[in-house]
Amino acid sequence: MKTNLFGLTLFQLKEVVSTLGLPAFTATQLADWMYKKQVTSIASMTNLSKQTREKLESKYCVGMTEPSKVQTSTDGTKKYLYPTQIQKFIEAAYIPDADRATLCVSTQIGCKMGCLFCMTGKQGFQGNLTTGEIINQVQSLPEFDKLTNIVYMGMGEPMDNVEAVLNSIEIMTSAWGYDWSPKRITVSTIGIIPAMNTFLERSQAHLAVSLHSPFDDERREIMPIQNVYPITQVVSEIRRWQLGRQRRVSFEYIMFKGINDTPRHANELVRLLHGIKCRVNLIRFHAIPDTPLEGTSPENMVTFQNHLKAKGLTVTIRASRGEDIFAACGLLSTKELLRKQQETDF
Amino acid sequence: MSHNHTLYKKQVSAIRSVAEGVYVLSFQRSFTFTAGQVLAIDVVPDGEARLYSIASGEQDKDIEILFDERPEGRLTPILSRLRVGDNIYISEPFGSFRSDAGKAYWIAAGTGIAPFVSMIRSGKATHKTLVHGGRYDENFYFASLIEKNFSGKYTRCCSQQEDTAYYKGRLTGWLKEYDLATDNRYYLCGSAEMVVQVRDILISKDIPFQNIVSETYF
Repeated sequence: MKTNLFGLTLFQLKEVVSTLGLPAFTATQLADWMYKKQVTSIASMTNLSKQTREKLESKYCVGMTEPSKVQTSTDGTKKYLYPTQIQKFIEAAYIPDADRATLCVSTQIGCKMGCLFCMTGKQGFQGNLTTGEIINQVQSLPEFDKLTNIVYMGMGEPMDNVEAVLNSIEIMTSAWGYDWSPKRITVSTIGIIPAMNTFLERSQAHLAVSLHSPFDDERREIMPIQNVYPITQVVSEIRRWQLGRQRRVSFEYIMFKGINDTPRHANELVRLLHGIKCRVNLIRFHAIPDTPLEGTSPENMVTFQNHLKAKGLTVTIRASRGEDIFAACGLLSTKELLRKQQETDF
Repeated sequence: MSHNHTLYKKQVSAIRSVAEGVYVLSFQRSFTFTAGQVLAIDVVPDGEARLYSIASGEQDKDIEILFDERPEGRLTPILSRLRVGDNIYISEPFGSFRSDAGKAYWIAAGTGIAPFVSMIRSGKATHKTLVHGGRYDENFYFASLIEKNFSGKYTRCCSQQEDTAYYKGRLTGWLKEYDLATDNRYYLCGSAEMVVQVRDILISKDIPFQNIVSETYF
């Protein structure tokens, strides 16, 4: 079986060409063909000699994958399903807007975090995506040329696969890659502190933290990670980094009726985030099967938003997109998985 | 996962196999901890340390870690080959997966039994019901210790061994089959898949999600 070149960084490509006894500049040519000219076969790399192409093709292929299914929402949002190398499925959601087009990418097949409100968690954890599988969601997108923003908020916890995430960002932001500004990229986390620090140290992309409750005990009920990395420590770490000038930090807050939408929660949120230049994104909960949670009404979300704004926080309510195709919740891939899955033993 | 916990050098005091591919690693305790806590472990001082629940008691001389060797993993194949006297690097204990003193179910799959074993060894097992799922009888780790020190109901659910002496089936099957108290707390430890499936069953049996505390491997 041939090894994929797609998804390798320039450094990794240099290792490949070195192993094959090819000149180092071949790595730059490979990066140029794959990430700038976006060819899908080694045979198309016409400034490489025939001998070089044959040498590469004996062991390698580009290795891009087309989406296997697409669902289109009435609002224009599209959810793409991609098969992975281990015969599983992942999703990417394309969200066009008036002045921007955002792609929400996955970083893992399933997820280990087990958040109560998340459909992806119901798959359990199936595996990490490779850098190639992450970047493939971007480059094989039919709307690739329209993309203005990438958000790592699809299936999986990006910080639990941080090396692949960082490599994918390197491909997007390097001069030899897409040469995008890191300001076009936002990576989400539930707050795995060590990996979050690694991400903040090694990239310039924006950070989004899934907060969802400012109280340790209440957050633990909906997010098991709280047992290991409490939100107060996560916020302390972020405060230490003093973000907010060149890169943005936002806090994601899905609103659950009667659970985290009271004035008490708003007051504690203000206290928790005091002194951090940030934005709070209030998100309407898209119900998933068998959940005990209900979403806060739009009216109460506005009340909560106003409460926070009055205390000086920058707060937005994220527009719900692709609701008719469950764009945000991993449902499509979970269905595909469950169709194939055998029972796990425990 | 990259890691930036401060790691301290320790020497392995014992390592033993408790089932095929499953080991208990021991080293001297030099800190206090609360049963249910985790620590980060690596074999190098600045590597990608992994988190493991402590299985020993709060006052025990040695810390014990129960781990399952993953052949494809980076760390556990190395851990399983460690010998007495070899160096390992560990963080201070942390985490808040702690059982309160009231009535509770402790539900574990595989090596997820570790924090509950720590609680039993620390004298925190009063008013508890323990349900442990495993593939084979040999996967009920610390069973004799639990039988000796745990006074509550101890149920073993064995999913793959035909001649098991215990409940034949997955622990999710046991949970569906039997009545569960709705006023108890439920503490779950295992893979995300196990935790999510068990939590869904508990919620379907009218147990408030606020009464469910979960710890997932990651």
